Amino acid sequence: MTTASSADHPTRRDFLYVATGAVAAVGAAATVWPLVAQMNPDAATIAAGAPIEVDLTPIAEGQDIKVFWRGKPIYISHRTKKQIDEARKVPVASLPDPQSDESRVKPGHDQWLVVIGICTHLGCIPIAHEGAYDGFFCPCHGSVYDTSGRIRQGPAPTNLPVPPYTFVSDTKIQIG
Amino acid sequence: MSGPSDFQPTNPALKWIERRLPIMGLMHSSFVAYPTPRNLNYWWTFGAILSLMLGVQILTGVILAMHYTPHADLAFKSVELIVRDVNYGWLLRNVHACGASMFFFAVYIHMFRGLYYGSYKEPREVLWILGVIIYLLMMATGFMGYVLPWGQMSFWGATVITNLFSAVPYFGESIVTLLWGGYAVGNPTLNRFFSLHYLLPFVIAGVVVLHIWALHVAGQNNPAGVEPKTEKDTVAFTPYATIKDMFGVSCFLLFFAWFIFYMPNYLGDAENYIPANPAVTPAHIVPEWYYLPFYAILRSIPNKLAGVVAMFGAIIILAFLPWLDSAKTRSSKYRPLAKQFFWMFVVVCIGLGYLGAQPPEGIYVIVGRILTIAYFAYFLILLPLLSRIEKPRPVPNSIADDVLAKSGGKAVPMVSSVVALMVAGGLLLGGAESARAAEGAPKPPAQKWSFSGPFGTFDRGALQRGLQVYKEVCASCHGLSFVAFRNLAESGGPGYSVAQAAAFASEYKVKDGPNDQGEMFERPGRPADYFPSPFPNEQAARVANGGAFPPDLSLITKARSYGRGFPQFLIDFFTQYQEQGPDYLVALMQGYEDKPPAGFTLPEGSYYNRYFPGHAIKMPKPLNDGQVTYSDGSPATVAQYSKDVTTFLMWAAEPHMEARKALGLQVFVFLILLTVLLYFTKKKVWANAH
Repeated sequence: MTTASSADHPTRRDFLYVATGAVAAVGAAATVWPLVAQMNPDAATIAAGAPIEVDLTPIAEGQDIKVFWRGKPIYISHRTKKQIDEARKVPVASLPDPQSDESRVKPGHDQWLVVIGICTHLGCIPIAHEGAYDGFFCPCHGSVYDTSGRIRQGPAPTNLPVPPYTFVSDTKIQIG
Repeated sequence: MSGPSDFQPTNPALKWIERRLPIMGLMHSSFVAYPTPRNLNYWWTFGAILSLMLGVQILTGVILAMHYTPHADLAFKSVELIVRDVNYGWLLRNVHACGASMFFFAVYIHMFRGLYYGSYKEPREVLWILGVIIYLLMMATGFMGYVLPWGQMSFWGATVITNLFSAVPYFGESIVTLLWGGYAVGNPTLNRFFSLHYLLPFVIAGVVVLHIWALHVAGQNNPAGVEPKTEKDTVAFTPYATIKDMFGVSCFLLFFAWFIFYMPNYLGDAENYIPANPAVTPAHIVPEWYYLPFYAILRSIPNKLAGVVAMFGAIIILAFLPWLDSAKTRSSKYRPLAKQFFWMFVVVCIGLGYLGAQPPEGIYVIVGRILTIAYFAYFLILLPLLSRIEKPRPVPNSIADDVLAKSGGKAVPMVSSVVALMVAGGLLLGGAESARAAEGAPKPPAQKWSFSGPFGTFDRGALQRGLQVYKEVCASCHGLSFVAFRNLAESGGPGYSVAQAAAFASEYKVKDGPNDQGEMFERPGRPADYFPSPFPNEQAARVANGGAFPPDLSLITKARSYGRGFPQFLIDFFTQYQEQGPDYLVALMQGYEDKPPAGFTLPEGSYYNRYFPGHAIKMPKPLNDGQVTYSDGSPATVAQYSKDVTTFLMWAAEPHMEARKALGLQVFVFLILLTVLLYFTKKKVWANAH
């Protein structure tokens, strides 16, 4: 009977095996960490993603420019009165991703629309001033955005995101 | 040995797979049920260690390739960026670079073990030849990997080794041009070496599979050199061999980790921290230590073609070993003469390695020739002769008898051999070092550094003062192009805040552009910018400095060294002395003398420096007392300035040094715990077997 009891009473041997296995497992897990963490952006990439300043004076009404921040194209549109009105006329509740135009621009700077120019469907770059809503049209899969960069038609699920930015002065913004 | 497996999974899903692809049965018969001789000693764990090292090298190599740029203009920088910016990049690079040395260290032990115990003899000839092929592939892979960082040794090593093929009659030049893809070693060469360096490890892995297959057909050899006859002679691979291998691997990892975390540059050459320069050959071209014996053979023969033939012949001859040594007794344990000659052969190999690192002149050449003859004589004369005249001692009847005969045995031979091997290895490496020691300059006095040793950290005050000295004095001629302003705020650095680093950066003018008008413009520096270099290019720097090119200081503390010689070099391994560069720099900055000693003619536009190789330096005495005003009240002396700026430059060369040493401590605590546990587990497991 003395030999049959090892299942009920863990022996010193079992403890040693479990302890060794556990320590080895911890070591293996800890080894995986740096092997995976190296895939994240390196320090130079992160530093290069610092905020940028953009001068708005050269952008005439009705025009837009594309700048790059963190490797992403940012559309800065100087909207006309007509474009702003179009964006504000539509009932917010009827939109696929309901957001008011006011919430997508900075107060007092209604003419400036700043959006990340990456289609929320699968990441293509929509073309400005195209499509049925006078906003953006994505040629890849036909998503159509309005003059506020909101999705109106097509497979994209959400509006073009607004990057973090502030007005440093009336003619200069800082993105990031 | 491993016939069709009787392994049958009980899980129906696994059963379904097993009927269609009997992979679990294969694994079970190869690595679980596989009978392994019960008398194997720890020299046999190097097979498992080598498998691990191949895995480690492939894994870290694939990862490094994600961040590396194989271009002559960018390769050196990309390696530095891996070390400085990629998360754990310094760790991955150290593992891969030291891993190559560990891999060769293990393979040499594995080969000598095979040699000693006659593991190449019938029926294991093919197994042995596959091993020789793996070794050749390893040499090619290691060589091409060493080229990739594109430092001075990379470039000139590539030049010398590829030129070996120019010895081929008639086609030599064409072959070399084909290898280079140009008129000299250059970008095409680097690109193809990268491609092949990525490919070959997988070829090695393929041959390793064949090697293991052949091993499992013939069965393992063992210290007694008699084949297993009954079940009493063997134990199951799992758990017996597995746990023993794991313990061996764990011990080996301790040794490996010492290099990774504390001595990452111990086995490297300082010269390789200088970017490749096709216009300047380093004074001493020394290959990595694992090629040194063959390099010595090459240089011993005063004829180009014959030298190359002898060098390759020295490796190829191993493949013929099964037929050169026709003695029936396998293990040298029972061959009194072969045993002695084996150890003499080991000494010859180490001697050749030592000579490979010496300058090819005087007594070294003569001894080199003697040892080269001895090397070949061992295979071509001695082994064939011994197999005919030697009277072997009787071998045990069975493995079980062998085990019984030496139970209560002694582990002393193993320990003493390991110690002997380490001393020998140190001799070899010390040889490489003393080649540099023969430069004629006095040795720089050793300084006390806060960052030396396993717990060393940088003195923040010294880093800040050193930065001030660099900015106010050195920066007028020397760049610091791998250091970014943001680094000043990183942990382990001078300890500035992010805002302070940004303010520091904004004092600099940085070139940017082009702007919308297509023009370049200057703007204030940002944290992400790198220290701007004082000269736009090398030519401009030379014109402004009397023909001399002030080197970039980013890596200067690692790129400068001096020979430590033997046995100091070996002691350094245990004391973790790594400060040759800093010691030299301090000595250099303080080593100026107004008047050169009598008999020394100083060239025009040069200055006399006691520690500079050749003594004539183009840099005027850079530091004078009172030149820089410290705000913290530290003495305004040359001694203080030079120590501070060297501390700063040490940090600039390795910004993650503190992280390296801190992680090293954790890894060591862990590995020691694991090794102790594995030791006792191994003892428990094997208790049933004895």
